[in-house]
Amino acid sequence: MFEFRNVTKVYKNKFTAVKDINLSIEKGSFSFVVGKSGAGKTTLIKLLIKEVDPTEGQIVFNGEDITYLSNRKIPIHRRKVGVIFQDFRLLNKKTVYENIAFAMEMVGQSPKNIRREVPTVLSMVGLSDKANNFPNELAGGEQQRIAIARAVVNKPELIIADEPTGNLDPETSYEIMKIFSEINRRGTTLLMVTHDRAIVDTMKKRVIELKNGKIIRDTVEGDYYHDI
Amino acid sequence: MERSSETQWKGIIIMISRILKHTVKQGFQGILRNRTMSVASVGSVAAVLVILGLVLMVILNISAISESTKEKFDEIYIYLDDDVSSQRIREIGEEISAIDGTLSVVFQSKEYALEQMKEEWGEDGRLLEGLANNPLPNTYVVQLRDVSYADPLVKQVEQKSGVEEVKYYSDIIEKLISTAEMIQLFGMVMIVILLLVSIFIIQNTIKITVASRKTEIELMQYIGASNGFVRGPFILEGIVLGMLGAVFAITIVLNGYDYLVSYANEKLFAMMSVYLVPSNLITMDILIIFVTIGVGIGVLGSIVSLKKFLSV
Repeated sequence: MFEFRNVTKVYKNKFTAVKDINLSIEKGSFSFVVGKSGAGKTTLIKLLIKEVDPTEGQIVFNGEDITYLSNRKIPIHRRKVGVIFQDFRLLNKKTVYENIAFAMEMVGQSPKNIRREVPTVLSMVGLSDKANNFPNELAGGEQQRIAIARAVVNKPELIIADEPTGNLDPETSYEIMKIFSEINRRGTTLLMVTHDRAIVDTMKKRVIELKNGKIIRDTVEGDYYHDI
Repeated sequence: MERSSETQWKGIIIMISRILKHTVKQGFQGILRNRTMSVASVGSVAAVLVILGLVLMVILNISAISESTKEKFDEIYIYLDDDVSSQRIREIGEEISAIDGTLSVVFQSKEYALEQMKEEWGEDGRLLEGLANNPLPNTYVVQLRDVSYADPLVKQVEQKSGVEEVKYYSDIIEKLISTAEMIQLFGMVMIVILLLVSIFIIQNTIKITVASRKTEIELMQYIGASNGFVRGPFILEGIVLGMLGAVFAITIVLNGYDYLVSYANEKLFAMMSVYLVPSNLITMDILIIFVTIGVGIGVLGSIVSLKKFLSV
């Protein structure tokens, strides 16, 4: 799916966020990225969605070198990656339906496609009956489900979830994880940054741990803390 | 082969029309959903343009007044000695006509001048009837093709025998012109300052509009909307706001000016209102200037504001 080759990112204020990272993520896989705040998790995401360029090294996405992309090519790359945030980032003045349709309109999808796809993803995340509600009329878990529906509706190859359960209670978090598993089962690669120990320990997926900008652990079926 | 290129074109046209539709829809939605900010933006464009209109009107009318005054005072009075024979008077007239730059040379006899004076004085004209001698001189009134001919003509005529004095209101005209020029310069400086201020205001209002939709813009960029797709609606919003401001300002300025001109006609000296430029003469110019500036301010404001937020 994608590969980091000796990637280092030093910000303008001389802060080294990630240092000499080598990471390869398989197509169709499900991986967790764990680590304390400031370990380099967010920079990893920013590098993947081309919000920042690496200082050194190379990033390859689906066989294409995306280390440096022109301003014109960045949007095209981002259409292959869906991002889900901890704070949902929903448009509160648009209905649930409109929030998802918005993502399709933004990439120039036809109205016909929009009318077909939005109900499909809404039913996948279990929000068919909430299509005409506004986000702030819904509970946190439901809001995150809108965000997930919005991220998958354009059929990205990779979904990055940045602490998607950070604001949710354990029960709701599990429901969200079920949806993620389903998305992954259908073939979409998933990369999830999390602080949620219970989820990581239950899912038994690949765990990549970052510390001070370096990968200190990479286990195939790992736990949140040290593996045996 | 031909067919595939045709479908390709069709696809491009559909894409463009979709982008346009999105731009228009989002642009107007932006205006309606952020009503308070939209009203503030329209208001500030309108306010700036109204002030600009006032300054423009002042400049325009001062130019007109100085032009027409220049014409009025642009005459040279040549007073003749009392003891000059009528033969010499004719000669002087011919000599003046021969000088370069004269448009017309009119003789006013001293008797005619006295009659004129009596008429002008009206009731008080009776006072002049007691005069034993007519104190007014025979006069030639010379009109010039251009002010630049004045000085050489005055110098030449002054030296002729039989000429008592040459009167030319050059200092008045010069003062008038320099005052008008000063006011015009001041007005221009005012306009430049106002334009900068208005761009600053719009930039800030749109900055707030854009900031209030920061989430939306960031989302668009994360989703992978092209830069044009992201910028388009906001630039259209700027254009529409600027245009609306211009329409308000045009209505206010033209109606206000129309009212002012008719008020001047009724209440002030008819003399003065003659100098005011009629509003129908400037309608088209005001329309073009205001719409251009309004739209320009809107576009510039949007671009400056978007620059700040298009960094994701």
